Amino acid sequence: MSGFNSSTNGHPPRIGVFICHCGTNIAGKVNVPEVVEFARTLPFVAVAKEYKYMCSDPGQEMIKHDIQQYGLTRLLVAACSPHIHEETFRKVASEASINPFLFQMVNIRELVSWVTEDGHEATEKAKAMIRAAAKRVLFHDELEPKKYPVKPGVVVVGGGIAGIHAALVMADAGERVYLVEREPSIGGHMAMFDKTFPTLDCAACILTPKMTTVRRHPNITVLSYSEVVEVSGFVGNFKVKVKKKPRYVVEEKCVGCYECIEACVFKEPRFPNEFDLGLGKRKPIYVPFPQAVPPVPMIDPETCIQFRTGKCPKGCVNACGDRDGIDFDQKDEIVELEVGGIIVATGFDTFDASRLPYYGYGIYPNVYTGLEVERLLNASGPTGGEVLLRNGQKPQSVGIIHCVGSRDENTNRWCSRVCCMYSLKLAHLMKERTGAEVYNFYIDIRAPGKGYEEFYDRLLQEGVHFIRGKVAEVSDWAMTPDEENRLVIRVEDTLIGMVRRIPVDMVILSVGLEPQRDAQEVTKLFNISCSTGNWFMERHPKLAPVSTMSAGIYLAGACQGPKDIPDTVAQAGAAAAEVLALTHKSVIEVEPNTAFIDERYCSGCQICVGLCPYSAIYYDEEKKVAVLNEPLCLGCGVCAAACPSGAAQQHLFQDEQLYAEIEGALVGVG
Amino acid sequence: MDEQFEPKLIGILCNWCSYMAADLVGTSRIRYAPNIRIIRVMCSGRIESQLILWAFRSGADGVLIGGCNPGDCHYQEGNYKALRRVTLLKQMLPQFGIEPERLRLDWICASCAEEMRKTVEGFTAQIRNLGPLRLQTPPLLKPIKIEMEVSRHVEA
Ligand SMILES: Cc1cc2nc3c(=O)[nH]c(=O)nc-3n(C[C@H](O)[C@H](O)[C@H](O)COP(=O)(O)OP(=O)(O)OC[C@H]3O[C@@H](n4cnc5c(N)ncnc54)[C@H](O)[C@@H]3O)c2cc1C
Ligand code: FES
Repeated sequence: MSGFNSSTNGHPPRIGVFICHCGTNIAGKVNVPEVVEFARTLPFVAVAKEYKYMCSDPGQEMIKHDIQQYGLTRLLVAACSPHIHEETFRKVASEASINPFLFQMVNIRELVSWVTEDGHEATEKAKAMIRAAAKRVLFHDELEPKKYPVKPGVVVVGGGIAGIHAALVMADAGERVYLVEREPSIGGHMAMFDKTFPTLDCAACILTPKMTTVRRHPNITVLSYSEVVEVSGFVGNFKVKVKKKPRYVVEEKCVGCYECIEACVFKEPRFPNEFDLGLGKRKPIYVPFPQAVPPVPMIDPETCIQFRTGKCPKGCVNACGDRDGIDFDQKDEIVELEVGGIIVATGFDTFDASRLPYYGYGIYPNVYTGLEVERLLNASGPTGGEVLLRNGQKPQSVGIIHCVGSRDENTNRWCSRVCCMYSLKLAHLMKERTGAEVYNFYIDIRAPGKGYEEFYDRLLQEGVHFIRGKVAEVSDWAMTPDEENRLVIRVEDTLIGMVRRIPVDMVILSVGLEPQRDAQEVTKLFNISCSTGNWFMERHPKLAPVSTMSAGIYLAGACQGPKDIPDTVAQAGAAAAEVLALTHKSVIEVEPNTAFIDERYCSGCQICVGLCPYSAIYYDEEKKVAVLNEPLCLGCGVCAAACPSGAAQQHLFQDEQLYAEIEGALVGVG
Repeated sequence: MDEQFEPKLIGILCNWCSYMAADLVGTSRIRYAPNIRIIRVMCSGRIESQLILWAFRSGADGVLIGGCNPGDCHYQEGNYKALRRVTLLKQMLPQFGIEPERLRLDWICASCAEEMRKTVEGFTAQIRNLGPLRLQTPPLLKPIKIEMEVSRHVEA
């Protein structure tokens, strides 16, 4: 099976080595002509050439031409990372009728020219890596990509605007979509806002119709108050287990009349409503907000008398009557889904302002976060859209502090991208609703979106005050009679070079965006990676911004990094298109880097059986050998590493290939 | 003055985290010592002791193994398997006359460019101080099957 004679019909192999300049990216550091000369001296190399951009059309044509002309049977391309152009050159090989796996990519850009100071060192390193690959490729086998049928259907995780938009795009294209949301309603952060920048259109007016369409769409199943607990399988063939948490109101039976809420023994809402960030109250049986989707109430067992004492007159049950929708015995339910692709759209969390005690959040009652003020401004929020101080009076002056928890070495270094803009939005709304003087404290104003700078201009004209400087402290320590019973913002105004004290009635902290608190667990669940700061990592920051390193799993929205709504929606559309491109294929080709077991060498020790993370290897009692169930193998190679006799091997990473590569990297001419 | 000893190092990195980090060091144009030759495998769990010994036998003065952080392995727990193997092998290395410090295992996340640089720089400096590896008994642990192939075709 192995050995380099397998595909050359007894003739000595003929290797072609093609070295890319990548403009000056490689050639500016590595002496490419010298490397070409060197490559020509390597065993079995029939031709070695260089070109400015090997991945360009003329570069590819040159390789194809030379494959024919020199009768090449192996191909080496020394250029960028295999993560970028391995596929490109495999295609070139196949188009010139060499099996695409008789090819090896040598990464002399990311691993050599870009990281080495000295040109001579870089040249030597490039030579060693080419020598290694030229040895390795001798042991490559002809392989066929594995082909599997693609299952229809997509799971979208997270029902914010990202998940909602992606779900609708795909459902309209005829795809079956399961939208999994862990809260009782879909909508995400956007459902909490009153207006959205920069157009100031009402968030509910643009979001609620979309939420309703999701609920009514024949191709969408909303699994609310649910979480994904297990993901297995691979691209095109995922198995996803979802846990539906009990809401104690049976979704299928509920007609959304809310008579149960009316009939609750608590005549008035008494408990803090989570959706209102505790600013409003709810009953033990409640809907989080009037436009919730699904419009099904739920019971909070922590506060419900029936759950706590078992002795409630159960007004809700009576009110529901024959519909029989209340079920105090509801349990977790596990739903198993089989789908072709997954979109992760789990959004963000806001920075916890109490981490910066000098801004007084949690200490002074009239210090709010931006998100809380969104709720206060919301017409269907806890105050019906009126912004009042805790003592019930209208604020005369308001200070809005930008960049709280962002752009700071001690908290988060990134710019949260939306805080400047939502601060401007809140400034406008506060002025409009309360007539207060509004002061914005900013470091820089970042308004780079379409219509954003214009919105900033508009605010300047509306007479909102802008003070440039990082706020040092918010306190209630009065130095003048004017400051009595107010909050004093102490700031160095960097435009006039002076420390100022601005007394206000209310402080709004424009808290930044952070990854969800459980981001790490979510990455483990879906086998994706996190980039710095725990935002989910895209496959390529520019060329594959919605893909992940796990084929078939895509990202949408703020889970990948801070984003406003327009960018979130654009990205969700992109993710939907990528998934559709996947699920509309009837078969998917998977890298053939699976294991194989050479029965001749297998002693039946079964070490591999226990080690395989996917139970893809079983023991054949009759033949007394280990057997691989190939579709289950995802190609980690742990069996190949563990096999004492070398019987278990991994395609593309066979013992011979790795030994040859290591040896080539270390010993030999040059 | 003697010319400074420049060690030869092999880095075997897993495709999903440590190799991605190595790529990222490149994209970020961060420089590091040129001594390391990087080999890509899908998972650090693919790396067996024989492969490491083979690297030493082929002239490596040090071997760096890179995997994903605990819990982040793309294949559940290949990195734990690598850890177990490396821990055991380190105990055996002195028998071959190889200082255990010549073998290093590190978890490097896909976005940890700076950590990658530090690891490579640190390891290179460490092995430079340690001096060249002089093998007393070359560990001959390569499966026979391969010995035959390699000698028959390549070294001929
Ligand atoms: C105070 C404030 C004001 C803003 N104002 C504006 C504005 O005016 N205009 C604008 O363009 N942008 C604004 N933004 C930004 C806007 O909120 C985001 O762009 C948008 O919400 C991102 O949508 P998303 O769907 O990616 O994330 P989210 O809105 O966070 O939605 C994520 C959803 O996923 C769910 N979820 C999370 N984890 C899981 C899990 N493990 N399983 C299942 N479900 C899960 C969550 O419950 C949530 O429903 C503002 C942000 C803030 C903080
Ligand atoms: S994939 Fe990185 S250690 Fe397993």
